[in-house]
Amino acid sequence: MNSLDATSRAPIVAAAPSTPKPVRRGGFAPGWIGTLAVLALLAIGLAFVAKGFQLFQATMVLSYAIALLGLNILTGYNGQISLGHGAFYAIGAYTTAILMEHAGTPYWATVPAAAVVCLVVGYAFGRPALKLEGLYLALATFALGVAMPQLLKYKHLEAWTGGVQGIVLMKPDAPFGLPLTPDQWLYLFALFVTVVMFVIAHNLLQSGTGRAMRAIRDHAMAAEAMGVDNSHYKSMTFGVSAAYTGVGGALSAIAVQFVAPDSFTLFLSISLLVGIVIGGVGTLWGAIFGAIFIMFVPSLAEKVSKAAPWAIYGVVLIAIMFAMPGGVVGLLRKIQARFKAHG
Amino acid sequence: MNAFLHQLLAGLASGGIYASVALALVMIYQATHHINFAQGEMAMFSTFIAWMLIQAGLPYWLAFIATVVLSFVLAAVVEFTVIRPMHDKPALSVVVVFIGLLVIFHSLAGWLFGYTIKQFPSPFPSDAWYGSAMMSAHEVGAIVVTLVVVVALFSFFRFTPLGLAMRAAAQNAASSRLVGINVGRMLMLGWGLAGAIGAVAGMMVAPVVFLDPHMMTGVLLYAFAGALIGGIDSPIGAVLGGFLVGVLENLIGTYVVGTELKLSVALVLIVGVLIVRPAGLLGRTVVTRV
Repeated sequence: MNSLDATSRAPIVAAAPSTPKPVRRGGFAPGWIGTLAVLALLAIGLAFVAKGFQLFQATMVLSYAIALLGLNILTGYNGQISLGHGAFYAIGAYTTAILMEHAGTPYWATVPAAAVVCLVVGYAFGRPALKLEGLYLALATFALGVAMPQLLKYKHLEAWTGGVQGIVLMKPDAPFGLPLTPDQWLYLFALFVTVVMFVIAHNLLQSGTGRAMRAIRDHAMAAEAMGVDNSHYKSMTFGVSAAYTGVGGALSAIAVQFVAPDSFTLFLSISLLVGIVIGGVGTLWGAIFGAIFIMFVPSLAEKVSKAAPWAIYGVVLIAIMFAMPGGVVGLLRKIQARFKAHG
Repeated sequence: MNAFLHQLLAGLASGGIYASVALALVMIYQATHHINFAQGEMAMFSTFIAWMLIQAGLPYWLAFIATVVLSFVLAAVVEFTVIRPMHDKPALSVVVVFIGLLVIFHSLAGWLFGYTIKQFPSPFPSDAWYGSAMMSAHEVGAIVVTLVVVVALFSFFRFTPLGLAMRAAAQNAASSRLVGINVGRMLMLGWGLAGAIGAVAGMMVAPVVFLDPHMMTGVLLYAFAGALIGGIDSPIGAVLGGFLVGVLENLIGTYVVGTELKLSVALVLIVGVLIVRPAGLLGRTVVTRV
């Protein structure tokens, strides 16, 4: 038996190619502002172009994007692998559903509540999970992901969770008498939440905290020696990541208007993992690409092969790991670098 | 008391199955330091192959042997084509590839054989064992088969030159290459063996839980718990841990939390062991050199 654990030799995550960027404090570089403005206009415009079901899909993409951002903060920036983030998505969704159903809380107030609940639960799970390196953490979170539907069906919680039947919710109307359909309003609300969450994540990752998180990922021991409090940062990152995923789950519960234990199986956790891998591990924008992928590719795959859509999912997953380990964002960066080299 | 004994023995029977899957996990972990998240789905796929062969009219034991051989080949091919190119990749990439395999096998089984729950025959008579109401003949048979597999494996690794070579390759790849062992082939063989063990476990568990693509998810989780309790790098520990988890699962499920929370028992066991004694009962404490 080799006395050295293999996980301690190889890094958990390949070092992101983006690190040598100059550190910018406070906000985006000027060149980005134009692009962002165009994106914002397009995103808002979508509310008035798209029809009911498409708007629902767009809302779901946003909710996945927030969840993926959370998982990416944990895995991509902090190097902790989670195969059970679907559990936090479920907790967020259930927090929203229970608050709306039993406490009559307005839908917008449930989103921060979901974030807080998931932050606490995530921190509580992350604190003991600190001892778990790489594969062991993957194992523990895998168990969490598998066990979650059973926990939600638990009969002593049934008064709150609705058991197997789940909870049916009402779709919120646009406030202040705005001339918007509920779908349009919900999409714009989700868009607002997404923008807020992305700005927070961007600032967090640019700050000293973000650098500490990346330092732990790249070399935990060196980070510790430099005075980074590993246990604090790792469990805090787990909590923040769970909070993001919970917000995603909360938005999805409002959009779907229904929560049930069987929507949050292990396959949801796997989808989230697929999402960050496709989008690009350790990138902010990867979350959007990943969310588009996990929203639309399963139904596309179903068109290719009605019987085994998930098999195509699996093949795509492995192929991406072999062919473009940086995901979509990694690919875009490569293309950009090539253009710069030629231009 | 009778009911308690009954639960204890039933726990031992399912424990035998967890022990087999845990053993397969440990074999792959020892050789490559990977945790095979697809182990359960591969075993499920093998069980479907057995089901198909039996449906085609083969006698049970012939189908059993054919399935074990086919599973061996299948697992070896997976190692050669998918896992081998990943050997120097970061842990996340390897985990993602295993998850990809899990999804592929799950989906392929559903596509080829359907998602409806199927009955899987047991080779053992269905009546109680020697008139005893404690255990069914299938439970006794499953334990015996598990023990036979374990003894066969230990003799293979202990007494044959090939077993020695495989242990050497797992322990120190560089030195093994220097004495002329083909390490790549040994890893492939190890994967094949793990696949074959998984197939046996799948065929033993299928008559109890019935055959469908979701069959092994819970079993895999218990096997993880068993492997961790015993120590993820100790084959004997994995077998002991598997039996222990089987008994604990049954007793806690019956007397403490109720059957619907059984999977959470595995979750608590896994997290508990990792926190209190990450090396497991018989595992070796990993010392990392700075």
